[in-house]
Amino acid sequence: MRRQLPLVLGVLGGAALAVTGFRALAALPGAGHVPHPYGERAVADAFHHDTANAVVAVTLDQRGFDTLGEELILLAAAIGTVLLLRRLTAEAEEDAPHEYGPGEIFEGVRLVGYVLLPVTLLVGGYVVLHGHLSPGGGFQGGTVLASALYLAYLAADHRTLERLRTAGLLDTAEGLGAFGYVAIGLAGLVAGSGFLADWLPTGTVRDLRSSGTLPLLNVSIAVEVGAAFVLVVAKFLEQAILVPREEAS
Amino acid sequence: MNAWILGVLLVLTAVTATAVVLTRDPGRQAAVLSAYGLVLGMTMLALAAPDVALSQIGVGTAAVPLIVVLAIARCERATNRSRERGDRSEPR
Amino acid sequence: MTLDWLPYAVAGWVFLAGCYGLVTSRHLVHTVVCLSIVQSSTYLLLLAIGWTRGGTAPVYADIGRHRKVADPVVQAMTLTDIVVGAAVTALLLALTVQVAKRRGSVDPRELRSLEEESREERAG
Repeated sequence: MRRQLPLVLGVLGGAALAVTGFRALAALPGAGHVPHPYGERAVADAFHHDTANAVVAVTLDQRGFDTLGEELILLAAAIGTVLLLRRLTAEAEEDAPHEYGPGEIFEGVRLVGYVLLPVTLLVGGYVVLHGHLSPGGGFQGGTVLASALYLAYLAADHRTLERLRTAGLLDTAEGLGAFGYVAIGLAGLVAGSGFLADWLPTGTVRDLRSSGTLPLLNVSIAVEVGAAFVLVVAKFLEQAILVPREEAS
Repeated sequence: MNAWILGVLLVLTAVTATAVVLTRDPGRQAAVLSAYGLVLGMTMLALAAPDVALSQIGVGTAAVPLIVVLAIARCERATNRSRERGDRSEPR
Repeated sequence: MTLDWLPYAVAGWVFLAGCYGLVTSRHLVHTVVCLSIVQSSTYLLLLAIGWTRGGTAPVYADIGRHRKVADPVVQAMTLTDIVVGAAVTALLLALTVQVAKRRGSVDPRELRSLEEESREERAG
């Protein structure tokens, strides 16, 4: 009986949610016919600041402060994950007969890794730097750049990545990315009208040099997001991939 | 024409989401989750949101399934070791 | 028109399917993935509200100022939603790994509460 209880509660709650939820959704105006007063104003403001990509204008310009909060959530989550997954001494002893080996990787996979690595880096950089002009931006580009590092992991081995990580480069990048965003915001306080205010000339719309500080913010976000992603995946890798010592050598 | 594509993609999204939930083996689920991420990304593209689609495909198709697979590998090692030691608490 | 309600219905369906998975889950990693499915229904709902019939993406790189576009505000919110969702998933998976290491099981049915366990220890 006790084991059935969650299921019964779940079914009852789900049914109630289904009835009320679907009634609420039915009362919404039909999809595609919803009026967008905020959207229109957001687009007008994006043009006022010479930003071609209205979505980036909303995230970084109009709601720049919210995005700072979002970045700090990401930073906190990355720190929490890294802390939770640190290796304890007892664990290291238990795992002593294992090590991080260059497990067996197919030559084909290695080749694909080598070929795609520069392409991924190029695409990532493009997505970050053109965020204010075309779909993309710091978050998307940061993820692409981070996945490039994992292609390097496939093409080379864990030790290469480990060396990168222990060099403290990633932790520094993670901190610098978050700091960069705040620093650009503070510069707005000094040179402009307030925190995160645009203090650079906005340039011409659809030009690479447009949108004021937004490209700079995109770069700092890309650094932070990319570093966070690499740090978290590296921690999970460290926990998951151990091979018996003899197999590794 | 565009409406047709959107309709088909939406139905496909519902089907793949259900498939993810009904796949009980976590290892297989990670693969289905990756497929769902891709379908969801396509649906976002059809809903005129390329920015969102780009980050959904980066995060939902690559990053999250990757850490899911790694977490499963680690969990399995831990539960196997605990079973070997025989200190696993019996369900009641 | 079917498309008037289909996006909302799909969002609702995905939400409920994820909830069903949460309730019946037998593996904590499966539970976390189901939670991320529940969250993905909010992306669909937000984007469905922002979508305009006959509108295009709100990126004015190659279209005129007065083209009909989807609402950039909800799209920006969805972007935030995805990033925070991924961060939460990573954190929950890290917690799951800790549970597996410390309790030797990832089946929610076998994980008795710490309170229960310590009570038994005191009794036995």
